[in-house]
Amino acid sequence: MPTVNRSSRHRPAAALAVLALAGAALAGCSSSSSAGASATGSASGSSQALSGTITVFAAASLQKTFTELANTFEKEHPGTTVKFSFGGSDTLAAQITEGAPADVFASANQSTMQTVEKAGDTAGDPTVFVKNTLEIAVAPGDPKNIETLSDLTKAGTKVALCAQTVPCGSAAVKALAAAKVSLTPVTYETDVTSALTKVELGEVDAALVYHSDIVGAGGKVDGVVFSTASGAVNSYPIDVLKGSTNATLAQAFVAYILSSSSEQVLLKAGFQAP
Amino acid sequence: MTDRRRGAKRPGRRLNQGRAPIALLAPSLLGLAFLTLPVIGLLVRTPWRDLTAELSGTDTWTALRLSLECATAATGVSIVLGVPLAWLLARTEMPGRGIARALVAVPLVLPPVVGGMALLLVFGRSGILGEYLDRWFGITLPFSTAGVIMAESFVALPFLVISVEAALYGLDPALEEAAATSGAGRWQIFRWITLPNLLPAIAAGAVLSWARALGEFGATITFAGDFPGTTQTMPLAVYLAFQTDPQSAIVLSLVLLAVSVTLLALLRDRLFTRV
Repeated sequence: MPTVNRSSRHRPAAALAVLALAGAALAGCSSSSSAGASATGSASGSSQALSGTITVFAAASLQKTFTELANTFEKEHPGTTVKFSFGGSDTLAAQITEGAPADVFASANQSTMQTVEKAGDTAGDPTVFVKNTLEIAVAPGDPKNIETLSDLTKAGTKVALCAQTVPCGSAAVKALAAAKVSLTPVTYETDVTSALTKVELGEVDAALVYHSDIVGAGGKVDGVVFSTASGAVNSYPIDVLKGSTNATLAQAFVAYILSSSSEQVLLKAGFQAP
Repeated sequence: MTDRRRGAKRPGRRLNQGRAPIALLAPSLLGLAFLTLPVIGLLVRTPWRDLTAELSGTDTWTALRLSLECATAATGVSIVLGVPLAWLLARTEMPGRGIARALVAVPLVLPPVVGGMALLLVFGRSGILGEYLDRWFGITLPFSTAGVIMAESFVALPFLVISVEAALYGLDPALEEAAATSGAGRWQIFRWITLPNLLPAIAAGAVLSWARALGEFGATITFAGDFPGTTQTMPLAVYLAFQTDPQSAIVLSLVLLAVSVTLLALLRDRLFTRV
């Protein structure tokens, strides 16, 4: 979890002053996300002299690929640092609208991005860079013989779903409704990675996660494709945020994610082209 | 917890006179402000006008009832296991007592999420012990209310043990020695001499444990998961609500705050005035 600076619009100034003092006292502990980006040399011209730090808030399902892509990005642009906060898209969106110091937001569906857009926190037009399809994650070898969504309702079958507030959860609701399957899971996980982990640990028999998560799990789970999955495809938008303290670097990073070389990495990881 | 009325009777009374030095006053007020401002912020941002509408959801009361039930059950577990454990640590020459004492404190320093993960690895369906619980008895603890109580007990038990253990060291040994010389056995001494004298410490430890259990989040969501009515306690409901509807998260927090403060105030009056 990142340090969240709640928006202080509605607070009296006196309270602010005390908070600022307390904040100064605690500054040693908090990870200052974008303080290092103070002097952005690139402001002087259009040359690609990128430097400084940005913080990217990204959907949990992007963790593996974005970390990999950021490493390449940092190597291509020495002197830059890309920090991440991965989590459920809705948590991240709430943190952004409450004033969390983020430079870029990559969400796992368009409605969460719209929340941020409506709050006036995006700097440009969000661009969809990949799509992702739901699949049933099961233990390797599918010991419970799960072939369809309706198999998930069999007695004694424990299923983890994402909470409906997160994109993988709302996609799951759509897919289940399209298949006319009414399913009671044992748990509503707060993001897709924790749902996947519960399958990997054997705590549940199945979970509805993204195809890319199953590819990323590398054999620790198997994926079962189901027929109504095409009706619940999530589009992932990305955008620079208005509150960015290093917009140049943030723009460059977004452009890098939208580049064809990044697309190759994302496709290899199980995402689909937009 | 100090009681001002009692403090006034102590010989150090004259020390309480005169103005507080600025070097102590400034940081103390800052500390007080730091602790109270977030709560005030919660009250300021509470949508009072929509309060009844926000509270009408049945999920709120389900989560609150589950929270209270589980915290109380976890406190019960803590008393039943914690009092004997504190006695063992304070009153016996058991080898490895120092290590045991350190182990008791581990849940205090362990991040709750780590605690929940550790519980999952041991008691989960494919955990070290959980595998056999599942295979032999058909018992699965994750995703059940029992799992919530376990997770809460894990974080609450140390508070009770530490509180009772400290009281055991403070107990006048003459009482127990007198009973021993009159021929009482160890169980009799514990039951009729030690335990009655420990009651205030047990009560104080129970309140701490209960408060800790009520606020438990990390271990619960990791070990017991999140399902309304079974494992979704108030802190989980608040966290989930905050993701989509901060307004309703604030209302839920307010309910939890009101209930816990009221209960603690009532208990405090009953329990701590006689300590």
